[in-house]
Amino acid sequence: MSQDDRLPAGSRDAAQPEAAAQAGPDVDALAEAGIESELAEKVAPDRDIAAKVGENIVEVKDLTIKFGGLVALDNVSFDIRRGEILGLIGPNGAGKTTCFNAMTGVYKPTAGQVVLEGQVINGLKQHKITRLGLSRTFQNIRLFGEMTALENVVVGLDARHRTSVGGALLRLPTHVREEKSAIERGMALLDFVGIADHAHFLSRHLPYGYQRRLEIARALATDPKVLCLDEPAAGFNPAEKEELMALIRTIRDEGYTILLIEHDMKLVMGVTDRIVVLEFGKKIADGLPRAIREDPRVVAAYLGEPEDDVA
Amino acid sequence: MLPLLVQLPPMENDWISFDVPSLMQNFWSATFDGLTFGAIYALVALGYTLVYGVLNLINFAHSEVFIVGCYAVFFTLSGLGFGPSAPRLDFWSIVLNLVLALVVAMVASALTAFVLERVAYRPLRKRNAPRLVFLITAIGASFTIQYLIYLWRGPSPELAVTMFRPTPIFDVFGTIVDSQQLVIIIAAVIMMVGTERFIRKSRTGRGIRAVAQDPDTATLMGVNKERIIITTFLIGGVLAGAAALFYVMKIPSGVQYSGGFVLGIKAFAAAVLGGIGNVRGALLGGLLLGLIGNYGQILLGNSQWTDVVAFVILVLVLLLRPQGILGTSLGRSKA
Amino acid sequence: MSMTDGPTPLPEAAAAQAAADREAVTAGPGSSVTPEKRGRPGVFGAWGERWNALSRQQQWAFLIVVVILAYMLPLINPPIITTEPGNNFALACFDMARFALIAVGLNVVVGYAGLLDLGYVAFFAVGSYCAAMLTSPDSPFLHIPYLWTIPIAMTVTMFFGVVLGVPTLRLRGDYLAIVTLGFGEIVRILATIIPAMKGQVGFQNVGHPPGTEADGTPIFSNSNGVPWYWLTLSIIIVITLLVGNLERSRVGRAWIAIREDEDAAEIMGVPTFKYKVWAFAIGAAIGGLSGALFAGQVGFVNNQKFDVTTSILFLAAVVLGGAGNKVGAILGGALVSYIPLRFTAVAEYKYLIFGIALVLIMIFRSQGLLPARQRLLAYGRTAYQRVTQKDSTGPSSAGTPPAAGPGQDQNREKGVQA
Repeated sequence: MSQDDRLPAGSRDAAQPEAAAQAGPDVDALAEAGIESELAEKVAPDRDIAAKVGENIVEVKDLTIKFGGLVALDNVSFDIRRGEILGLIGPNGAGKTTCFNAMTGVYKPTAGQVVLEGQVINGLKQHKITRLGLSRTFQNIRLFGEMTALENVVVGLDARHRTSVGGALLRLPTHVREEKSAIERGMALLDFVGIADHAHFLSRHLPYGYQRRLEIARALATDPKVLCLDEPAAGFNPAEKEELMALIRTIRDEGYTILLIEHDMKLVMGVTDRIVVLEFGKKIADGLPRAIREDPRVVAAYLGEPEDDVA
Repeated sequence: MLPLLVQLPPMENDWISFDVPSLMQNFWSATFDGLTFGAIYALVALGYTLVYGVLNLINFAHSEVFIVGCYAVFFTLSGLGFGPSAPRLDFWSIVLNLVLALVVAMVASALTAFVLERVAYRPLRKRNAPRLVFLITAIGASFTIQYLIYLWRGPSPELAVTMFRPTPIFDVFGTIVDSQQLVIIIAAVIMMVGTERFIRKSRTGRGIRAVAQDPDTATLMGVNKERIIITTFLIGGVLAGAAALFYVMKIPSGVQYSGGFVLGIKAFAAAVLGGIGNVRGALLGGLLLGLIGNYGQILLGNSQWTDVVAFVILVLVLLLRPQGILGTSLGRSKA
Repeated sequence: MSMTDGPTPLPEAAAAQAAADREAVTAGPGSSVTPEKRGRPGVFGAWGERWNALSRQQQWAFLIVVVILAYMLPLINPPIITTEPGNNFALACFDMARFALIAVGLNVVVGYAGLLDLGYVAFFAVGSYCAAMLTSPDSPFLHIPYLWTIPIAMTVTMFFGVVLGVPTLRLRGDYLAIVTLGFGEIVRILATIIPAMKGQVGFQNVGHPPGTEADGTPIFSNSNGVPWYWLTLSIIIVITLLVGNLERSRVGRAWIAIREDEDAAEIMGVPTFKYKVWAFAIGAAIGGLSGALFAGQVGFVNNQKFDVTTSILFLAAVVLGGAGNKVGAILGGALVSYIPLRFTAVAEYKYLIFGIALVLIMIFRSQGLLPARQRLLAYGRTAYQRVTQKDSTGPSSAGTPPAAGPGQDQNREKGVQA
């Protein structure tokens, strides 16, 4: 149970009232209407960034990706600092998911580097990248449908397990211990994201919102240094979005670093510590939410293309 | 077989030897024969490639689509009085008979492909079944057709139907090219070029390419996906029917319930070799495989080595260049 | 279906999913925790529920009775079930056991990892040849006691599995299907054209386990199926226990994850290639094992016994029983062997029957007779109770899920399940 230390029982308690306090019906209505500037008023309460955010944990250096002649990502550089929530935003087709995929090893970058704690990770196999500490969720949910919620999480936990095939075959004591602790920790993680009572449901039978949460739990299970969330609020209603924001903040408060791709400006402004803005594969801005909101280039980028946040 | 390896050296020459002089001597005849077989492989390979391009599915039952065509050729021709020895008919009567057999074979094969698609694959598509389910269905369907034929016609090959006696046409490097080889190669190449042009130019062809590239977008753009899929199966069936005619022409006594199986694997290997999903790749892969198989057979001195060679090539291609020689997919290729 | 109706309280869910939960017939001690996972109700759903209602002692008692009955089967020779007079029942039992063992092995490849192996007979053949060439007097190679050939056969087939798997398992699953299909044929051809493998002449007098009756005839004779059946049944029990261990470990989870979504599995840190090769190699080894047993029982091996069509029968066994379910595989294997032996009138049509069965099962009931059940995470229930208890006692409970009620979520579920 020592692994559970990062998830103190009180963490949830903090999360929920906060979420409730921030949800205002008028704001939600505006969100539905897609009125951007109004929503941006609702910025997260300013926190002492310097105290919470440490040194660079991920450095993306001159990342370039070309598909044939198309430049999907053009010399993008940014850093992720330990303990922060970094938002990666941009209009549709700006290259957010491409960037994400390049970082997690789905695409091989044409040029540039992704460095995680001093180690270049681009070009490594995806499962190695995950084990090095970069874990992700999927925009379109990709759970293992025929496995239960708990099993899904335990698959993530397995990334840290050492049992060999032989050990599993003979049920060696170390293996049995690992299984036991995996289940406990898996339950704790499900509890943490708030779906423990559904642990034994097949994941494809879970309600949509729970599936999203399960994805986050599964990604957390790999014990990532950086947790990458790809539009985790897609398809959520405003109330659910609030709850999700609370959850993301809680995860950050547990000491995780988070990279958040998001379409919904309200969510981004409400939860992130820092924001990187992409447009047409290039980075056009990088800074605190408040500064980003006022950046004329960002405003232009978003006004040029009205946002639709229903994925 | 590990202990076998340990003790093998003294007997090595027993089972594998390289008869290079024989290959040199027969090089050109092996080449023309290889091209003939290659053309047949290519026609069958097209069926695999087209279906793979559109559905991303290996249609295992395509070999049975082919063998049904072979039986259609057999029944048509034996009904018309053809038998083990070539009939004494004038040129135009032979042509007429062969065209008739070709049409019957094409219809029979296309019909088989149609039924297959409707009965076996379509219900699975409707419920969005996982890939494994498609593959198992495909192999089950292949098996079913094969054993239906088996129960009907028994295990032994049908009586030979010889269509015409190959007559020498011209001489290349001291080797005679006969009318049979010429007919098969030319006809097959014409058909493949026709298919390629059809896919490149026609409205339906554009639809096929669109569905191959992105079925959902194609559907949104007004392409009738179901119609395109069935058309693809039909084209594959028609080509398999043509291949059946040429196959029986080449091997008159080759009509047997299990005849499609090995040819199917070779044709698939050809499709992979050329680049699966690629129409020109099927032609190139087919011809290459025909050549390599034939050379290998002469070099190694046993006709069964053709199958082994084809298999080894398939594995090597998958290992070294899984996208095949030409590589591009049906959707992306200009073809 | 009732399962989509949002969150059911766990006890109810447990009852529902008890369906098809008969794995414990062969399960190891770790899995004897009462099953609590969801599964689709199977043909044997009612049995599953009843099974679940039993106490552990009752379950164990039941299992022991089943195993004893299984051992007694050829001796009892029950009237209606027997395959006589058409076929010797003891030999039929051995054949059923052989098919069941093969199905258990193929189930690892097809059922768990979702890899379609259409040349499984090739591994069976390699195992047979291993046993034959190391024991038959017709073979020029060194001769060893028969029982030693079993591990050797497993090792050699495993090696072949790896050699075949490494080039193909990096690619999409379809390629594996066609390559294994080709391999099945190639092994047969090689057996024909390589003189050392003696083609159709084959190897006579393949060895058998030691021991003689009082009158000097060997216990494991070709005509007496009973000892062979017992040997095979014992091996099935051991193999099923071992496979069960794998199934309930990270290995089994990796396989299922690969089957469900290979890319996602890789991104979640599963070394997919490695585990695919393992699945393939383990399947191959079990195929080789059954091949060696077969060679010993029949006493004669030649190139005529291993046509690719037999592979499809093996596949039919797995699919019929329920891909991903060990007990299903055993049942399917036994059935595929039993039906033509019992109903000799249809024996001639067996390939057709099972070919059609494959298509029909895939179209109408792709989960087979016994659907794959959720692998038990031993200890899961305890952990669950711990968490729920904590929740129910804690003041600000996470037991109330933070997301919106299930009613709202249901509307979107349709899209998600696609």
